[in-house]
Amino acid sequence: MSKPKNQCSKTHGAPKVKERDQKVCIRFKCTVLNTLMDVLRHRPGWVEVKDEGEWDFYWCDVSWLRENFDHTYMDEHVRISHFRNHYELTRKNYMVKNLKRFRKQLEREVGKLEAAKCDFFPKTFELPSDYHLFVEEFRKTPGITWIMKPVARSQGKGIFLFRKLKDIMDWRKDVGRSDDQKDDIPVENYVAQRYIENPYLIGGRKFDLRVYVLVMSYIPLRAWLYRDGFVRFSNTRFTLSSIDDHYVHLTNVAVQKTSPDYDPEKGCKWMIQRFRQYLTSKHGPEMVETLFRDMDNIFIKSLQSVQKVIISDKHCFELYGYDILIDQDLKPWLLEVNASPSLAASSQEDYQLKTCLLEDTLHIVDMEARLTGKEKRVGGFDLMWNDGPVSREEEGIDTAGTGNFVANTHLGCNNDRKKQLRQLFCSFHSQKKVTS
Amino acid sequence: MLQEEEDLSLTIAQIVQKLKGSRLYAQLERQAWVSLQKPEIKLETLKEDIKEFFRITGWEKKLHNAVYSELTVFPLPRHPAAPPEHLKEPLVYMRKAQGSWEKRILKSLNSMCTELSIPLARKRPVVEQKELLNKWNEMGTDEPDLSLFRPVYAPKDFLEVLINLRNPNYENGEHLNFKTHLGLIQVPLKVKYISELKEFFVELSLNTGQLGIDDATQVPPELFENEHVRLGQKVLAEQDSAAAQQYIRQGSPTALRAELWALILNVSNQPEDLLYYEQLKSNVIQHDLLVDSLIYKDVKLTASNDDYYFVFEDYLYQVLLCFSRDTAVLGHFAYNSASPPKSYIRGKLGMEDYAVFYPPNGVIPFHGFSMYVAPLCFLYHEPSKLYQIFREMYVRFFFRLHSISSHHSGIVSLCLLFETLLQTHLPQLFYHLREIGAQPLRISFKWMVRAFSGYLATDQLLLLWDRILGYNSLEILAAHLDFLLVILHG
Repeated sequence: MSKPKNQCSKTHGAPKVKERDQKVCIRFKCTVLNTLMDVLRHRPGWVEVKDEGEWDFYWCDVSWLRENFDHTYMDEHVRISHFRNHYELTRKNYMVKNLKRFRKQLEREVGKLEAAKCDFFPKTFELPSDYHLFVEEFRKTPGITWIMKPVARSQGKGIFLFRKLKDIMDWRKDVGRSDDQKDDIPVENYVAQRYIENPYLIGGRKFDLRVYVLVMSYIPLRAWLYRDGFVRFSNTRFTLSSIDDHYVHLTNVAVQKTSPDYDPEKGCKWMIQRFRQYLTSKHGPEMVETLFRDMDNIFIKSLQSVQKVIISDKHCFELYGYDILIDQDLKPWLLEVNASPSLAASSQEDYQLKTCLLEDTLHIVDMEARLTGKEKRVGGFDLMWNDGPVSREEEGIDTAGTGNFVANTHLGCNNDRKKQLRQLFCSFHSQKKVTS
Repeated sequence: MLQEEEDLSLTIAQIVQKLKGSRLYAQLERQAWVSLQKPEIKLETLKEDIKEFFRITGWEKKLHNAVYSELTVFPLPRHPAAPPEHLKEPLVYMRKAQGSWEKRILKSLNSMCTELSIPLARKRPVVEQKELLNKWNEMGTDEPDLSLFRPVYAPKDFLEVLINLRNPNYENGEHLNFKTHLGLIQVPLKVKYISELKEFFVELSLNTGQLGIDDATQVPPELFENEHVRLGQKVLAEQDSAAAQQYIRQGSPTALRAELWALILNVSNQPEDLLYYEQLKSNVIQHDLLVDSLIYKDVKLTASNDDYYFVFEDYLYQVLLCFSRDTAVLGHFAYNSASPPKSYIRGKLGMEDYAVFYPPNGVIPFHGFSMYVAPLCFLYHEPSKLYQIFREMYVRFFFRLHSISSHHSGIVSLCLLFETLLQTHLPQLFYHLREIGAQPLRISFKWMVRAFSGYLATDQLLLLWDRILGYNSLEILAAHLDFLLVILHG
């Protein structure tokens, strides 16, 4: 397979020389790739490479990765946008397994209280393998609603809700024979998950949160949390009485787009800042801080649960889209983690968010080798975990003992990234001048 | 000296008169009777003891707030011989202009009515009433055919009327000189100079901490924000309207805003208020008004299409439909230059005995009206409280944005203030824009009429409305715009 070219040697103090990279918009499944292409094209010194040319940076899609990663030699500086076996985190059935295992481990090693912090995932069973376990649980709590989701599909496809076992009897007959497919792609494996019947509603509507987490490495675990994100509303009012109404329960924009009520101009989205302010004025700052702390916990525990199974290749990084649901008690639940969050923009505001998100991602990937590695914030990203919790306080102040630890996360807070980036890169520039 | 004393006693008498009919009076009376049971109340010092009792139990504070509210909302009597129209609007030409504008609106409404052969009001059949009651919390799902309805007027129509306002006693002169006003508004009203504005808005000076600025930047929270929040909590604990109004001039912390506004507007959610709201709701259920369709249309056109307010669509109907039926709103016409439109029972045209105000609250909504309510949905989630807050905001502030008057917070003065400030600070820009036919007011007018709702991000908007409440004036709208433009241009 093609070997990426070595970079040219650099002269003292001169800015990093040109690097080649390959854009693969053609291979992306998204229909609108403006955001990524725009960001990459506008990056100074970055050049698009076509077809079989050699590259230093590849924002690939997961199917290319599956087929080619193992046969591709990459030089040390090369970066690619996925981890080889990311599905340990992003495929629902694997994630459940890993989380359950991690929870048991925590209970053994630390205690019940710590293990209980993993209870952010609604009870889930893999089907058809855990069918009998599922039926047992199902019979314990009759009358509640369950949701059936295919493990590998996205955008809300193939999902349905049910309350009676007979609703899934027919489905079970069809699915039973799929096991002799390739292990990598279980075609129609499903998970049955307890449906959250008391979601938090705004204006009578259900919603979920999309949050972005950037993982630069698993061993050691280094993860960044982006300050912006958005809230996706269901287009119709929430009611449990119509289970068949797909449109109410699924908040994915992709499904909402096909709802008869859908008005593309509306966007059905709020920026997370507005959401945070709305909650603060309704419940007060303390409850909101608890909620956001609980969300931090979700991100970290979920990453820790797959830390040992994911092949931590130094060439890999990954930008995850976390889907979170909040219930009426202000408890956050993890719905799923996406390895390829949609980068298509549904509105001007959305376009802004995604281009800034991608720019900052590229700053952290740092092909230009501008960062020192000691940064706690780059643009809209805050360093959330660096082989241990990261505190908002400056280094050297001992907060561990005082119990005043405040995490270095600012989800939904003011994102003055331009200013921060200016300060960051200006200081490098002056440092370089000094050292050269 | 004597005159002032006379004025004061007149004011006191008026306020006492007003409050005598209020719920607070009945409560105070009841409390006074109850206090007689207490051992500390002695017959010899009855008056002082009861006063002390009121002070300790917080009832005195409530009375303070009620009096303060009356003083804030109702203008002081100018001259005992002045007729009631003067309270509404002292200048004759303004009154006339408002009168003819109202006639136009009513004519437009009536013709729409005739065209579509829809009655102004009708009683709903029982089946329809039941249906509406079931759907009360999700009226937004209704998709009635509103294509034939059009808004009665839009801000730009109103602007044209204001542009043509002239004082018949004033000679403007044909030639341009340095005193000529370059803008669209050509009436000689007095607006504040920059020095007066600086004095008026003294809490907004650079030396004083502000929320929205000093908490967003690198200023450490200890310097301003924490202290400000603590102060806010104290103000709320004291339940003092006047203090809250002073406090909020520097902006309100997000978590305290809902309570602070309720305190300043003297809105509390008593059982009587809930009952009153339920009564309005049942009025909506029983009768259908033509105005309802206008409201529906407005919500669908404006708030539902807004990126942030679309979520609150259902609340908007619940508030606005009840608002049209609330006859308590008629009280504000005493100091509003506008007058409620009158309609006559079929066949009894012109007979005063058969005249009714239409709509019952006297306010005909225009295009964008629902945007006055939308930002409030961020703060209040209980329909009756949301309703009360909106009603109070309307009868104190918003009505001035769409009626013709000489009041310093009226839209005419605001437009003039905006143009004057702009002409003072950016004269070359203003002149150039005028030459190319792009008068700045044409763009900024709709922002001011809507009090910026829908044109500013919600957090910024709420901070702006904090100042409207704090200074009891809408002048901040014009000043804010002007500062924005100066910054953008400079």
